Amino acid sequence: MGIFSKFLSKIKATETPNKADLEEFYDALIAADLGENLSRAIIEQAQTVKAESAEESLQDVLISQLSKKSRELLPDSGLTVVMIVGVNGSGKTTSVAKLANKFRDEGTVVLAAADTFRAAAVEQLQTWGERLGIEVISGKGNSDPASVVFDAIEKSLASQAKFLFIDTAGRLHNKNDLMNELGKVKRVAEKSSPVQEVLLVIDATTGQNGLQQAKIFAEAVDVTGIILTKLDGSARGGIALAIENALDIPIKFIGTGETVEDIVEFDPIKFVTSLFS
Amino acid sequence: MFDALSARFAKTFGGLRAKGKISSSDIESVLAEIRSALVEADVALEVVNLFSDRIQTQVITLLPTLQAGSNQAQAIFDVVNLELTAILGSESRRIRIAKNPPTVVMLAGLQGAGKTTLAAKLAKFYKDQGNTPLLVAADLQRPNAVTQLQVLGQQLDIPVFAPEHGNGSGNAVHVARDGIAHAKSKMYNMVIVDTAGRLGVDDELMDEAIAIKNEISPNEILFVIDAMIGQSALTTARAFEEGVGFDGLVLTKLDGDARGGAALSITEIIKRPIMFISTGEKISDFDIFYPNRMASRILGMGDVSTLAEQAKKAMNPETSAKLEEKFARGEDFTLEDFLEQLEAMAKMGSMGKLLSMLPGAASMKKQIENFDEGEIVRTKAIVQSMTPQERRDIKVLNGTRRSRIALGSGRAVSEVNSLVERFSAAQKAMKAMRSGNVPAGMSSGMPDMRPPKQPVIHKKKSKSGNPAKRAAEERG
Repeated sequence: MGIFSKFLSKIKATETPNKADLEEFYDALIAADLGENLSRAIIEQAQTVKAESAEESLQDVLISQLSKKSRELLPDSGLTVVMIVGVNGSGKTTSVAKLANKFRDEGTVVLAAADTFRAAAVEQLQTWGERLGIEVISGKGNSDPASVVFDAIEKSLASQAKFLFIDTAGRLHNKNDLMNELGKVKRVAEKSSPVQEVLLVIDATTGQNGLQQAKIFAEAVDVTGIILTKLDGSARGGIALAIENALDIPIKFIGTGETVEDIVEFDPIKFVTSLFS
Repeated sequence: MFDALSARFAKTFGGLRAKGKISSSDIESVLAEIRSALVEADVALEVVNLFSDRIQTQVITLLPTLQAGSNQAQAIFDVVNLELTAILGSESRRIRIAKNPPTVVMLAGLQGAGKTTLAAKLAKFYKDQGNTPLLVAADLQRPNAVTQLQVLGQQLDIPVFAPEHGNGSGNAVHVARDGIAHAKSKMYNMVIVDTAGRLGVDDELMDEAIAIKNEISPNEILFVIDAMIGQSALTTARAFEEGVGFDGLVLTKLDGDARGGAALSITEIIKRPIMFISTGEKISDFDIFYPNRMASRILGMGDVSTLAEQAKKAMNPETSAKLEEKFARGEDFTLEDFLEQLEAMAKMGSMGKLLSMLPGAASMKKQIENFDEGEIVRTKAIVQSMTPQERRDIKVLNGTRRSRIALGSGRAVSEVNSLVERFSAAQKAMKAMRSGNVPAGMSSGMPDMRPPKQPVIHKKKSKSGNPAKRAAEERG
């Protein structure tokens, strides 16, 4: 059942929501990981929603809390460089493969295997590259991720590729030296080409820690958008909405499975509507 | 992170001491604070309410017995902490060893939880205890999951059974079955089976997990869960429990700063023990579960013991060993050692965050927020401007030397003096620790790194009639 549906039916029945209905609604929002701040903000506005236009009003309430920024991948006329970052296990490598597949019709796509830390991480991306027939640039074992990225950009520019997607190692945001390393990777990249997008991958099951993740990653590398993954599970991904609301970072894509096609552009209205059903 | 529960209580109880009598609405305020803190920590809502009800009874019984003017906030906090620790540790037990080897351990969980890395950690843990573990690569779904396990096995010199390279093909049930047979034929006494990540709502994959279980009859099925998981933790755990079933839990990525409320939700409702924790990407980042540390963490108090361990880890192991040797030999802790520690702490994380992990951080909130990260940089500059002799023996630091150091590091002489003073105090404390008197508020091996309270300076009027001498005295 959607998080909004119970509340909706209550309003439609009784015209104005009473305290118990609002509390129940609040609990439903918390259960979807929207967090206390965003949930409270929604409840406040929900109090004035009228029965006739309940569904639209609630949709508007939620959408008004989200980022107004563009949800499109911001391509360049030349090479578009996209860095994929996030904590361990969030789904970065799979997302890189999905993005590569999605954008291949627009021109040559190149992948950079800049996770030089995790055992067999490079091989994992190379397997995707083989499956998709897309070139993967990597370095020798345990090489410096910044040099892999530098190399990848040079080669992408030389071959006039349209897109370069950079897979980076998973890292927890509270690891200072790893966040510094990420900042350095971006700065090295920017010596050769602007980095048009830095997409933070957020697992839809993440709880309130997701806010801290987003905050610290944004400080380190200026995150331009979110990829919300694993939405095919039971989690509603409310934390991504909380991040939009608190940090004004737009969700650009959502991941809905392990196959390469399981990616969609984020549509706030569609997403919010699905929360109702 | 600063909203530690104790600080919240202190606020709520602020006006109560004067009141003397505590009303039911006061108790409700406190319970609301507890619930809010637990929700913030990602404890499942239904568990938050259950817990709150249980605490309410205890609080109502306790409060009237407290002396008027005593610290009610602390008393309630202790009740919460104790109850939390009790629930988290209530099911604690070790891994069951099979009567007839091999002991079979099967890992299950969501995608990205950390199962493959954990499999290697478990194998190493048990190998170090004298066992002969075999790793079985039954994740045939994730590209190169098998390769990953093989690489790890090679690094650790632990055999890996991987007949299929996976990447979407092969039969995981057969691999698991053949893995056990292989272990028996080679007389390995333990088998750790890594499986593919799967959703609780994916019936097909859950059936596969059940098939694996039925085929190999594991002694333990460990449900591996990421400490940062939010409210869906309980739903997912229930799905796994009702599907493949599990005997124990492993909580991963505890080196992050997620509060880990899922630990409480699952122990409370599903009543399975948390057996191990994963605290990093290295194989050695593995430990048994400590309920009291987890309770602290969930309550937002941070985890001082883990912090101390991380501090030790962040320090170059050679440095730590050198330091320990020095201690053992009765040698003094020098400014060089101090500098090494500063550098290690900078590596570990921003000072503000570190400080926030200390208990009572909430009451230090002002000082922490005003803590200047640049402090470490400036301190480093001063120490680096010293000669090795000066670093080893601060007693030689006379006025001339201090002036030179100030000039060389671009700092004021007063800053140099302040550092020497603080360091001298730290040295004394280290000496005291060595002789067994551990000063309050310190974890072992770490000098008091907090910035000094701003001293109230009573400027002594110079007694000298000689203007030059007076000026010199004032310069310090």
